[in-house]
Amino acid sequence: MKHAATLTVNGMAYPVELEGDTTLVRAIRDDIGLTGTKEGCDDCECGACMVMIDGRPVNSCTYLALQAVGSEVTTVEGLADGETLSNLQSAFLDQGGVQCGFCTPGMLVSAHALLRENADPTEEEVRLALGGNLCRCTGYTKIASAVMQAAKASV
Amino acid sequence: MGDVAFHTATTVDEALALLGDGSDARVVAGGSDLIVQARHGKSLPGTVIAIHRIDALRSLTSNGDLVVGALTSHATLCADDAVRSNWTAIADASALVGSHATRNVGTLGGNVMNASPAMETGGPLIVLGASVTLRSAAGDREVAIEELWTGPGKTSAKPGEICVAVTVPAQPAHTGSAYVRLEYRRAMEIAIVGASACVTLDDDGNVTAAKVALTALAPTIIRSPAAEAAIIGTDGNDEALAAVTAGASADAKPISDLRANEDYRRAMAGVIAKRAVAVAAQRARGEEFPIPATPVFMKGSGQ
Repeated sequence: MKHAATLTVNGMAYPVELEGDTTLVRAIRDDIGLTGTKEGCDDCECGACMVMIDGRPVNSCTYLALQAVGSEVTTVEGLADGETLSNLQSAFLDQGGVQCGFCTPGMLVSAHALLRENADPTEEEVRLALGGNLCRCTGYTKIASAVMQAAKASV
Repeated sequence: MGDVAFHTATTVDEALALLGDGSDARVVAGGSDLIVQARHGKSLPGTVIAIHRIDALRSLTSNGDLVVGALTSHATLCADDAVRSNWTAIADASALVGSHATRNVGTLGGNVMNASPAMETGGPLIVLGASVTLRSAAGDREVAIEELWTGPGKTSAKPGEICVAVTVPAQPAHTGSAYVRLEYRRAMEIAIVGASACVTLDDDGNVTAAKVALTALAPTIIRSPAAEAAIIGTDGNDEALAAVTAGASADAKPISDLRANEDYRRAMAGVIAKRAVAVAAQRARGEEFPIPATPVFMKGSGQ
């Protein structure tokens, strides 16, 4: 049963037709065509699908797309200013916080949300805030360093 | 997943009307249980009713009793000053649920009605004497939390009932509570075992009342009468705490699974219950103890 709806993603309104059980990550990737958000475990464990709903990080693999109607969804594509990367995104490149890249969009969204709440976190606070994002490449050290660099750049 | 009708309700009455007799419809709030279960073979019902826009269920009041609207998130609970001061075990537990993303969408009502024997907030609600309000077309009924859970994933709620609130009574003076979890990691963890305690002291520091609950150690979260008997009437000395350890291990009914075997769970039941009782007693004496009461082990943290 298709339901006509409008999803607002990164400030743009997208008219979509969705099944009642379509998850937000599938709608963002398949119906809207923004493929930055990744489907990792598809089980609410790994954080690769992290987006913000009304400014708060949420695993989009376990959130029904139609529940996001009326909310502002922000994906990794919404973090940059056009072609200009955010301080946080640049810091990931500077520090080598990206290897295979699959976890990176989710890491960026979680870290972005952290820095909006806490502009000057300790490394332990960074690591706790990224606790819901799994990376199998980096060992996390360079990711934590990148978030600390971005925090210093904006304080 | 298949052909699913979807509705968004903005009032409880609207949700109840859509739910009907509850035979082929379910409500969804944060989705963190329902949607995961749907992928593990439990198919979604024919109709999903989203209740996350019912603002009336998002209230949190603490004038006397603590009344938690069913849609209150774990993030809200663990940050609330009154919860942290007066019903501290709930803050300990809410702070450990999933990750920040889970705590943003996961609700106390959803957690309670999902009836997992490993749920973090269940033990605290038992030791603090909570009850839930279930609403149906016939009106409201109040169910003591210990009467709600009947098995893993099973409750005494009838199809067609919606949990609208959780009420936790005001606690006597010199009362402290705590929830402690044995975990392999902090984020996205499920309790290997957990224990909750609520302890009330008299003016001389002797325990006049105590409740201890065990998490992930039986088909539902259970009380430990032996651990409670071991601490009541004492001043919380080491000998009494050793008896709490033995009592909780004796009362536990653990299983073996891929996360831990039965013997390890039984041994740890005692250790974790002892820690929960000790922290609850410390808080009852007015001493500060960090929330969550389960420390995080991390490089450079000094713990």
